[in-house]
Amino acid sequence: MLQSPVPLHIPDGFLTPLVSAIGWILALTMIAIALRQTRNQLGERQIPMMGVLAAFIFAAQAINFPIAAGTSGHLLGGALAAIIMGPWAATLIMTAVIAIQSLLFQDGGLLVMGWNILNMGVFTAFTGYVVYRFTKSLLGRNPVALIAGGFVAAWLSVEVGAIATAFELAASGTSPLSLALPAMAGVHALIGLGEGVITSAALSLLQVSRPQALEMGETAPGRRGAIFVVTAMALSIIVALFSPLASAHPDGLEFVAEQQGFLTIAADAPYSILPDYTIPFIGNPAVTTILAVLVGTLVVFGLALLLGRLTTRRQTTGD
Amino acid sequence: MHISFLDPFQARDSLVHRLDPRVKAVLTLLYVLAVSLTPQGAWAAFAAFLALVLTAAWAAKLGWSYSLRRSFIALPFMLAALAVPFVTPGPAIYEVPVLGWTVSEPGFVRFVTILLRAWLAVQAAILLTATTPFTDLLWSLRNLRIPQALVAMLGFMYRYLFVLADEALRMNRARAARSPRIVGAPRPPIGWQARVAGSMVGSLFLRALERSERVYAAMASRGYDGEVRALVRFQMLGLDWIVLLGVSLSLVAILTLTLVI
Amino acid sequence: MHHTIDVKNLHYTYPDGQVALRGVDLYIAPGEKVALVGPNGAGKSTLLLHLNGILRGDGEVQVCGRPINDKTLGAVRAAVGLVFQDPDDQLFSPSVFDDVAFGPLYMGLDEGSIQQRVEQSLDAVGMRGVERRVPHHLSGGEKKRVAIATVLAMEPEILVLDEPTAGLDPRTRRGLINLLRELPQTMLVSTHDMGLVAESFLRTIVINEGRVVADGPTQKLLADDALLESHGLEAP
Ligand SMILES: Nc1ncnc2c1ncn2[C@@H]1O[C@H](COP(=O)(O)OP(=O)(O)OP(=O)(O)O)[C@@H](O)[C@H]1O
Ligand SMILES: [Mg+2]
Repeated sequence: MLQSPVPLHIPDGFLTPLVSAIGWILALTMIAIALRQTRNQLGERQIPMMGVLAAFIFAAQAINFPIAAGTSGHLLGGALAAIIMGPWAATLIMTAVIAIQSLLFQDGGLLVMGWNILNMGVFTAFTGYVVYRFTKSLLGRNPVALIAGGFVAAWLSVEVGAIATAFELAASGTSPLSLALPAMAGVHALIGLGEGVITSAALSLLQVSRPQALEMGETAPGRRGAIFVVTAMALSIIVALFSPLASAHPDGLEFVAEQQGFLTIAADAPYSILPDYTIPFIGNPAVTTILAVLVGTLVVFGLALLLGRLTTRRQTTGD
Repeated sequence: MHISFLDPFQARDSLVHRLDPRVKAVLTLLYVLAVSLTPQGAWAAFAAFLALVLTAAWAAKLGWSYSLRRSFIALPFMLAALAVPFVTPGPAIYEVPVLGWTVSEPGFVRFVTILLRAWLAVQAAILLTATTPFTDLLWSLRNLRIPQALVAMLGFMYRYLFVLADEALRMNRARAARSPRIVGAPRPPIGWQARVAGSMVGSLFLRALERSERVYAAMASRGYDGEVRALVRFQMLGLDWIVLLGVSLSLVAILTLTLVI
Repeated sequence: MHHTIDVKNLHYTYPDGQVALRGVDLYIAPGEKVALVGPNGAGKSTLLLHLNGILRGDGEVQVCGRPINDKTLGAVRAAVGLVFQDPDDQLFSPSVFDDVAFGPLYMGLDEGSIQQRVEQSLDAVGMRGVERRVPHHLSGGEKKRVAIATVLAMEPEILVLDEPTAGLDPRTRRGLINLLRELPQTMLVSTHDMGLVAESFLRTIVINEGRVVADGPTQKLLADDALLESHGLEAP
């Protein structure tokens, strides 16, 4: 019983220090925004509420149901938290869950924690939230919309987390994208079903027994921000997938680093921080560039998001 | 799932336990960083790092193999790197019978390196939690400039982790007690079981939400005003500085030697 | 005089529309120890939450001669020590020390006095030496004691306790009763434990459906079978 419910917790060593650092920068940016947004949302209740609900997600991950001999379905929880509490609150909740799992139980590494927070927290929360609201706006306010929306949102959120993990592994030379992507996406397409059913069942229980509890998510901050973040994620993935067709540069992240000129240290280092890695399956060594651009765009979008937040805050007080 | 209800902290009276938690937290991070920076195939360096972590376990009076025995947590994730030996170009050193896949030498080296890094890093993390009460760890995080609000949240989460996990397990048990297995009778469909699990999650959420309201009330009634406050707990002593400098220097020395040779 | 509780015509409705208090009046004199009894859902906990401004209903609540408003809130919370029904709600910090130190810390005391108050109040409840433990791992009775210590550390003038003896074994309960007797503060204690009421409180207030239905000497009330019967209570 020493397995993570959803095997997305990357241990230390599987990502290069550079990739890990990028993850931390992005994650910290999101956490900083989330702290401010939830402070506006919840006031003095922010800290006890986020803490107790993080404990709830952790505990809810222990509620399982048998699928087949030896395996069981579990919840990851990012989408559920986002649907109920809003995406920024969910970001904080999942950050706490992932931090505790890593610090206390060594489930997920320390150096790579930034990406674990992004994969299982930020990406699942924002995907889940946007997809849920979108399905609800399509289907209207009715129980079917709640169940269908919850299911699709939760399923997709796990899928996005898994795809992101595959990209990070590939960018670190730990696994070729051509393998990691279908493997992660395939396995989690199944795991996501459990996530979907549990999430929609939990939502319909709330709908029946305490409908007010679902109103928090409706009024939570981040409705516009969420669409922005999800668009950024989608664009990053698309750009990353198609860029090497334009530029056939072999060195992936190192190339980008050089272009940015911020890693002269890497150039001076007596060895390379990044493995010189090519992916024979595709026969196109430039695929790593995709990953580099992916990560680069993520960084750029992260910064853009931060700037956007700061400027909108100046114009309108509060969200 | 990872709920070990036993606190991973192991009370002992040792030098490592007495160290300032900040020193332990920083050294653990530096160790993980050093291991991640060690080039592929630098076996001597990895051996030195292993020796370091085993020594620390021994100095903590946990027995030198303490972290070793608990370090296989990261192993399942090994699957993620399993393709590396086969897809990295280079001279073949082994061919899988029947399938005809070849393991290349650089691929093998890279694969083993990834596993070693993960294995050593997780051992350092295990030692940190085994020798530092979690509350001290939280305090050191706060002191190391992690946002106060975040650390306070972690504190609440840690406190209610056990309470809510207990509630979840009680629900699991109550469900099991009412789920007889009658031989020959069909088992309820998976979809139905998943919905039951979902309802349990929903009611657990309601309980947690109500609990968070009561907790807030309890805080407010003792003067909480939204500001996070905490007491200063530890002072860096001479010994703390010595260990901090000594271990960081050895980490740097191992890395530099590896790179020079 | 200080240390008084004075509630006049207090009404409270929860946000979901549940009416919990429908005009409560009560006055407690300095140094008095009063029991608050009534069936489940009578409004006891709701009333107690008004006494240090966690809930603010319609009506008048004066504590220590001052009305509760935003200005006096801080002082009122320092003056009224509220011990919650479930010690798992009361003990919210990751360690016992942090929890007992919480109130004094927010009162702005310096480190030395905080340390001292933590020791004194744990001493008062007979729980010295558990400072470093995680509250979750304490037994039910220990949790209750520490919960009381967290409030004593603020040296309140008035103690308000919500069902202090619920879920305790006989010996732990006995210890707690003795402790309550020793404490000098003005006290309002809600409870279903009629033995505790008979033994420790000279005065009892009966509340039902959000109203005070009886208020007087404990002995007299406990002898009134009709009263007890109609409010779901039993003499010990
Ligand atoms: N948070 C809440 N939201 C809505 N209604 C509530 C809430 N808390 C209590 N109530 C309702 O208010 C009424 C009074 O509840 P209260 O908790 O004050 O009763 P009590 O006398 O303390 O009962 P018990 O002896 O069971 O503790 C009850 O009808 C209860 O259902
Ligand atoms: Mg009550």
